[in-house]
Amino acid sequence: MAKSNEPIWWSLFSAGGMVAAMIFPILIIITGILIPFGLAGDDPLNFERIHTAVAQNNYVKLIFFIVINLPLFHWAHRFRFTLVDVGLKSMSSLISILCYGGAIAGTIVSAIVFWNI
Amino acid sequence: MSTYHRLVPNTWWLQRRPYILFMIRELTSVFVAGYCIFLLVLVYKLTQGADAYGNFMAALKSPSSVSLHLITLVFVLYHTITWFNLTPKILVLYRGEERIPQGLIAGTFYAGWVVVSIIVALLVLGV
Repeated sequence: MAKSNEPIWWSLFSAGGMVAAMIFPILIIITGILIPFGLAGDDPLNFERIHTAVAQNNYVKLIFFIVINLPLFHWAHRFRFTLVDVGLKSMSSLISILCYGGAIAGTIVSAIVFWNI
Repeated sequence: MSTYHRLVPNTWWLQRRPYILFMIRELTSVFVAGYCIFLLVLVYKLTQGADAYGNFMAALKSPSSVSLHLITLVFVLYHTITWFNLTPKILVLYRGEERIPQGLIAGTFYAGWVVVSIIVALLVLGV
């Protein structure tokens, strides 16, 4: 069997899918419903509190970094096959480069952002 | 000799309900990526100081932000449900000779989801 880098992408897809499934719904409820409608008390996500939490604790930074980036690889892997499935098979190499490349670019950008906090 | 490929129209996924549901499941990943970008922008605003961050948080109250969040929530919940329902197919566990029931495995993930959601809410909201 030919050597393949598929297991790496599949592992990232799978890990990112689990992160998104487990914690994205509650995060979306927080930033999309609880915060805008003031249902979560007096401005719990205020600058002081969040900035201190992220800037002063490398574990919090690492968790935020993982939560943002693993699901990007979930998207890359899934969307790649979606595009191939709707008839773009002839461009499958380009699609792979754009999808995985997009996720890698996002990871680099977020590494820079987190570095500068 | 070349192998025979039957021509499949690019709209094959519109032809049956399970195919449409499959495509919706695949498209949930776009909303997942969208929310990743949202979170990244939030952290970026955090690096730009209290004013930039404050304006960003105030914009969460806008009708367009709330509607986008609600649409995203529907798709991400669909991702969560289809994801957990697939776990028993991937995680095939046996106790002795007997296979652990699929419902029990998926159920464990659903229960874990509730616990994780409560913990995340408590930590993020600091209550």
